[in-house]
Amino acid sequence: MIKQSFRQRSFAKFNYVFLTILSISMLLPFFHIIAGSFSSGNAIMQGRVSLWPVEFTFDNYRAVLFDKNIWRSFGVTVYITVMGTFLNLFFTSLMAYGLSKSNLKGRKIIIIMVLFTMIFSAPLIPSYLVVKSLGMLNTLWALMIPGLISAFNLIIMISFFQNIPQDLFDCAKIDGCGEYRTLWSIVIPLSMPSLSTIGLFYAVAHWNGYFQALLFIRDQSLFPLQVKLRQLIVESDAEQMIQTAALTVQSIEGIKMASIIFATVPILVIYPFIQKHFMKGAMLGSIKG
Amino acid sequence: MLEDQKKEQAAPSPEFFGSNKKVIQPVKGKKKNYFIKHWQIYSMLIPGILYFIIFKYIPLGGIVIAFQDYNVFNGVFDSPWVGFKHFKNLFEYPEFYQVLNNTILISLYQLILGFPAPIILALLLNEVRKMMFKRTIQTVLYLPHFLSWVIVGGLVISFLSPSTGLVNEVIKYFGGAPIFFVQEPEYFRGIIVSSAIWKEVGWGTIIYLAAIAGINPELYEAAEVDGAGKLRQAISITIPSILPTIMVLLLLKIGNILDLGFEQIYMLLNPLVRDTGEVFDTYIYRVGLLGGQYSYTTAIGLFKSVVGFILLVGANKLSKKITGNSVY
Repeated sequence: MIKQSFRQRSFAKFNYVFLTILSISMLLPFFHIIAGSFSSGNAIMQGRVSLWPVEFTFDNYRAVLFDKNIWRSFGVTVYITVMGTFLNLFFTSLMAYGLSKSNLKGRKIIIIMVLFTMIFSAPLIPSYLVVKSLGMLNTLWALMIPGLISAFNLIIMISFFQNIPQDLFDCAKIDGCGEYRTLWSIVIPLSMPSLSTIGLFYAVAHWNGYFQALLFIRDQSLFPLQVKLRQLIVESDAEQMIQTAALTVQSIEGIKMASIIFATVPILVIYPFIQKHFMKGAMLGSIKG
Repeated sequence: MLEDQKKEQAAPSPEFFGSNKKVIQPVKGKKKNYFIKHWQIYSMLIPGILYFIIFKYIPLGGIVIAFQDYNVFNGVFDSPWVGFKHFKNLFEYPEFYQVLNNTILISLYQLILGFPAPIILALLLNEVRKMMFKRTIQTVLYLPHFLSWVIVGGLVISFLSPSTGLVNEVIKYFGGAPIFFVQEPEYFRGIIVSSAIWKEVGWGTIIYLAAIAGINPELYEAAEVDGAGKLRQAISITIPSILPTIMVLLLLKIGNILDLGFEQIYMLLNPLVRDTGEVFDTYIYRVGLLGGQYSYTTAIGLFKSVVGFILLVGANKLSKKITGNSVY
C-alpha cells in the first residue's frame, strides 16, 4: 500500500496539472479574441496583441454595436429561438403524451415510423423542395417548422411521461379530466425539469444553427445572427462596418473579434443558469443505451 | 443522485416497448368505438404524424428524382425518367471519389482520435477528488459545446491567422516562418478534427461520467485490497463496466460516418482547401442547391443514406454477436 501511494500521488498530481492545462487551452482562444477586440487595428496587424489589449480602445465595439444590421439579425435570432422553442415543446409534448399511453392502438407503428427517420434520413434536395413547395422559402417559418419535432427528444419525452405514476391519471379520469386537461394540469407541471432540459436543447440548436438559414433565407433582413456573423468573418461584410463607423481598414480584424464576442456574450450570460439543467439533460442521452 | 438518474434512464420502462401489461383487449362489439372513444388522444397525435409525413417521409419519396432528370418547371411528376444515369455518372466522376475520400478520411480521423478522447478524459475526471476543482474544470470543458460553429470557426481562423494569430506568434518567436494554416490543403483535415475535439470533448464526457457513477464502488475497494493500481482498476473495472455505453455510441458514430457536420466544415472551407476539405454535405449544398443539379446530388444523398444505413445495421449485428451490445 505504501509503495503504491507514492505512485498514486504522482498520478494525481499529473492528473491535476493535465486537466488544468486542458481547461486553459479551452479558454486561451477566448482571451486572445477578447484582447484583440479591445486593441487598436494597428496593434493587431503588427501582431503585438497576444493575451492583453494593446492600445486600448472601444472603437471595434462601437463599430459593431452601432451597426443596425447586426441588431436586426440579433432580433431575428431571439425571435426564432423563443418562438421556435415554444413550438418545439408544444408539439413534441403533445405527441409524446399520446405515445406514452402504452396500450394505445397503432402506437407501435407510429413509434417505428419515428425511429426509422433516425436511421434513414432523407437527402437534402428533396427536403429542400418540400419546404419550397410549401411556400416557406424566405420566411422565418422555414427555420422553425422543418425541425419541429426531433425524433430523439420525442423518444426521451415519451419515457419521461411514462415514469409518471399511473394512479395520477386514474384520479384525473375519475375527477372528470379530459386528456388535454390532464396533459396541461398534471403532466406538464410534473415534467417541468425534463421539459426545460429538452427546451434547452432545442433553444441552443435554434440559437447556434446557420445551415437552415443558409438553405432557406435569401432576404438579408431575415438573416439570423450566425449567418450575419459568418458573413462578417468569412466574407467581407466587416468592411462596410468600417465605413459606417469611420475607422481605418486596419480595424477589420478587431471588428471581427468584437463581433465574435458580441455573439458569444449572450451564451456566456445564461451559461451558469442552464448548467445544472444540461448536466441532467445529457444523461437523458443514455436512454439510447 | 447520479446513480438514481442513471438507473432510471438507462433502461426505458418496459411499457415503452409496449409490454402487454394492461393492454385493453377490445371486445368485438366495442372495436368500432375504440377510436371514437379515444379521439382526444388520437387528435393529439395528428399534428406530429403530419409533421413526420410531410417533412420526413415525403422527402424520402422525393428520392425518385435521383432517377429522373428533374427540373423545377416540370416537377416530380412530369420530369423525364432516366433510370440509373446519375448513379453511373456518379461512379465515373473523379470528383465523386475525391469527395468520398475526404469524407471517409476526416470521419476516420475523428473516429480514431475523437472517439476515445472523451472516454480518457472521463476516466481522468473521475479520479479527481477535490469537488471544487472538478466542478470548475467541468464548467470550463463543457462551455465550447454551447458555442456555434460560426463562433468556433471564427476563433480558429483568428487563432491560426498568419499575421495576428497566437500560434504563428509562437512560431515566429522560435524563428519559424508564419504559416497560413486555413489556406493550406494539408492542414485542413487536422484543423477540422482538432477543432471538433476541442469543441465536443468535454461535453462527450458527461455520458461516460454518468455510466461510471453507476459502477458498484465495492469493486474498486476489492481491487484495492488485492493491490490493483489506478491503471489496473481502469482497465479491469471501469472500462468493462462502461463498455455497453461505449459500444452504443460507437455504433451510432459508425452509422453516421458519411455525415460530417456541414456547419463546421462549411465555415472553414475555401476554394484553396477544397481538394482535401470538400465532403458530401458541402458538395451537395454547393453543386446541388447552389448549382441546381438536383437529381445528381439527390443520387449522392441516396448513396450516403444507404451506406449509413448498411453500416449501422451491419455494425449492430457484428456488435451483437461479439459483445452482446446493440442499439436496438
